[in-house]
Amino acid sequence: MHRIDKQAAIGKGWCFMPSDTNNKSALFDAVIIGGGVIGCAIARRLTLDGRRIALLEKAPEILDGASKGNSAILHTGFDAPPGSLEARCMAAGYAEYLEIHKKLGLPLIRSGALVLAWSDEEEARLPALMDQARENAVDNLSLLSAAETRKLEPGLSTAVRASFRVPGEYLIDPWSAPHAYLLQAIANKAVLLRDCEVTGGHYDNGQWRLDTSQGVIRGKIVINAAGLYADIVDDRLLGKHDFTIHPRKGQFIVYDKPAASLASHILLPVPSATTKGIVVCRTAFGNLLVGPTAEEQDDRQNAALVPETLAALRQRGEEILPGLAHEDVTAIYAGLRPASEFKDYQIHARAGQNYVTVGGIRSTGLSSALGVARHVQALCEGFDQDKNPLADPIWPQVGNLVDDREDKRPRDWQCPGNDGIICHCELVTRREIEAVLSDPLAPQSLAGLKRRTRVTMGRCQGFYCSAALAKLTKGRLKHPMAEGDSEDKAGADRVGND
Amino acid sequence: MTDLPLHADVVIVGAGPAGLAAATELRARGIASVVVLDREPQAGGIPRHCNHFPYGLREFRQLLRGPDYAARLVETAKAAGVQIHTEVTVTRLLKGPALQLTTPGGLREISARHVLLCTGVRETSRAARLIGGVKPGGVVSTGALQGMVYLDGLRPFRCPVVLGTELVSFSALMTCRHMGIRPVAMIEPAGRTTARWPTGLFPRIQGIPLMLNTELLAIEGRDQVTGIMVRGADGQTHRIETDGVIVSGHFRPESSLLRTSHLDVDQGSGGGEIDQFGRCSDPGYFAAGNLLRPVETAGWSWKEGRAVGRAMAQSLAGQLPPPEPAAVVKPSGDALKLIVPQRIVPSDTEPALPRFQLRVNRAVKGRLLVSAKGAVLFSTAINALPERRITLPLTIIPAGASGPIDINVKEDPA
Repeated sequence: MHRIDKQAAIGKGWCFMPSDTNNKSALFDAVIIGGGVIGCAIARRLTLDGRRIALLEKAPEILDGASKGNSAILHTGFDAPPGSLEARCMAAGYAEYLEIHKKLGLPLIRSGALVLAWSDEEEARLPALMDQARENAVDNLSLLSAAETRKLEPGLSTAVRASFRVPGEYLIDPWSAPHAYLLQAIANKAVLLRDCEVTGGHYDNGQWRLDTSQGVIRGKIVINAAGLYADIVDDRLLGKHDFTIHPRKGQFIVYDKPAASLASHILLPVPSATTKGIVVCRTAFGNLLVGPTAEEQDDRQNAALVPETLAALRQRGEEILPGLAHEDVTAIYAGLRPASEFKDYQIHARAGQNYVTVGGIRSTGLSSALGVARHVQALCEGFDQDKNPLADPIWPQVGNLVDDREDKRPRDWQCPGNDGIICHCELVTRREIEAVLSDPLAPQSLAGLKRRTRVTMGRCQGFYCSAALAKLTKGRLKHPMAEGDSEDKAGADRVGND
Repeated sequence: MTDLPLHADVVIVGAGPAGLAAATELRARGIASVVVLDREPQAGGIPRHCNHFPYGLREFRQLLRGPDYAARLVETAKAAGVQIHTEVTVTRLLKGPALQLTTPGGLREISARHVLLCTGVRETSRAARLIGGVKPGGVVSTGALQGMVYLDGLRPFRCPVVLGTELVSFSALMTCRHMGIRPVAMIEPAGRTTARWPTGLFPRIQGIPLMLNTELLAIEGRDQVTGIMVRGADGQTHRIETDGVIVSGHFRPESSLLRTSHLDVDQGSGGGEIDQFGRCSDPGYFAAGNLLRPVETAGWSWKEGRAVGRAMAQSLAGQLPPPEPAAVVKPSGDALKLIVPQRIVPSDTEPALPRFQLRVNRAVKGRLLVSAKGAVLFSTAINALPERRITLPLTIIPAGASGPIDINVKEDPA
């Protein structure tokens, strides 16, 4: 087995082809539209099947839509509707993540979850939720009294009435996981095209011709994993859509690292019909997160932060964990879930056209992605028998952004030769930044660099490192952080104040 | 870093004005090994990228620019025999005292008889202020802007809006001017500027509208800021076209190391809880400079660092009184934001911090009352604005007092 560990990758440069410059004119076995977590997982699965694939992303970076803002949990799927496609994909995705995470260098934080009841009505619903969990084959549950709950989580408000514990709910790194899936696909000859929007196309003679902002891309199979734009892509390619995306905004607050000591479990509310509700949990990066809200909107692009809503979220967080009142906010963000009018996932194969729509993955995509990819793999096998699984695939290791891992894998700042710290809050080293700037998923913007390395995502939000980062990335990002000046102005100022 | 020792008499975290002044003072008082650690590639602290006057009057009797001042502090410390090590990040404070470090070469530890924390301040981010809208590029703090402009000659925008009217906000205007960046507005939620109007500056910023009673509602844009929505003095919502936002001021201590350590943190200041000698709850640790409170000038921090350095030398010689018992001073009510120091040890030894430093949360007018067990010990008239310096002599606490001391403001009826 070929393994590319981080040190080797850093030392020698990645030994496979840079993806964006690859040959676009080939006839691909499959073309995947959309570089979210679902598209990345499908790219990996079909590549491991021996298919030559291209992944098209309309934005400058992957993970630019629904996948950029989620709650970073690997769910067991205990509360999914039993028998649903979502439940099956989550179970399969969860199992595969546990199976492959070490080989890809991905973290797993075994936090467990508590489903908390705050009223008589909620307490009365706990046994039914536990039955539902067991129906989903999620076991080892325990029903806990208020006292037992607070013994496990002393930081919880005394208003908690009861809970049940789901030991298999874990925390993961929401960006490194899809990055690793796609990096493995690319390492095994998949092609990534960013800034590549599909504007139309047709199926003829066993072949798709997709019109894109980068010219015509040809493929035998097309997979629409366009997330928030899935119905629009179906319209462009099939002339119809079977569901409509209704973006559902979720706002989040991330607290500074000292707050993470306030809760060890993922703290879940009793879910409602439409949403899992507001979660309080640690993050893989050692912060504490509160969110999301669930707000319907029409805009598929912009997830606006609303100060009043954030203040209410903060208050809800403090009602759950009173100690949060004294903690600092590190970050705020909002994501859009690609919900549809249907509760279940909308995955449809069109046999006559070698086309699969993967839509309506509304909030559980991070957990289910590998399972969705398995499901799509099976659907593709219904189209053709081109599969020829790789005997000896490459397993690249993604960089580690998580401190204190159970597998003891160190962060780069703990290793010799790291070239010094650039981002002090998140302890991101120069070597880590250099490594991602020269790998096949090299970021083209600060947003992409943040998701790859966590620079500027800490408590100071760039106060200390923005200058060093702007200098380090000068001329290396398609969307630069700042523009340079031809004349050197440093030291020329002769104006006094203060 | 091969020449970084495993042990020193004193290790100082942060090579800004407070840390370098303390180090120089400790050497002058005969302390053999004094090591200053800084995570940046160059020592000198924030003044390195404040390329304007006036620095150095108190310290060098000379009018200097920030970078020249920083260089002088470094030279002075080195000449006194201080060892300065840059690109060393302290990752944990340990009992002992000892520090866990990361360097370009990997992990290290260093132990000391005493440690001084001088980690300074930073501005409050857009996120921590819960500012709405989306998250395009071009939203930066003054600190980040000054770093880009003065250290690297980079320009993150051409016509930004400045949020805030603290001294640093005007410093941001000067930084823009230096780089040919033309701010389109300066906005302030309050009805007046936070800083005393810098009259010398006024003519230079003419042409930049100052919008008081104006609240930033939302930031717009995708790759780069394209505009902001504000609620103006007229109560109406307006859009301002701009390509950037300078989120200035609202300083807070850079106290993350403290917060994840065994040391007590003061909720009001956000910095370390100290006594009049700058001593923390673990008497092996001291703190000085802007880590104690947001925010003072470089000169003030330098003076404070020098005084705490002197107290540390006394402590190493066994000349400081024990840390307990102490009178613990705590503000009550919502008018007072912070008081430093928070603990007063009964002692005749000259204090490092000769006066209490206070800040208010908002414009406050009334009487300031200091009381213990319900009895008023001291009172004085107060008429104060936020972010401005207020000081009181330590003698407002009667000699020998111990236990909790309450300090609050009885406000005049509006």
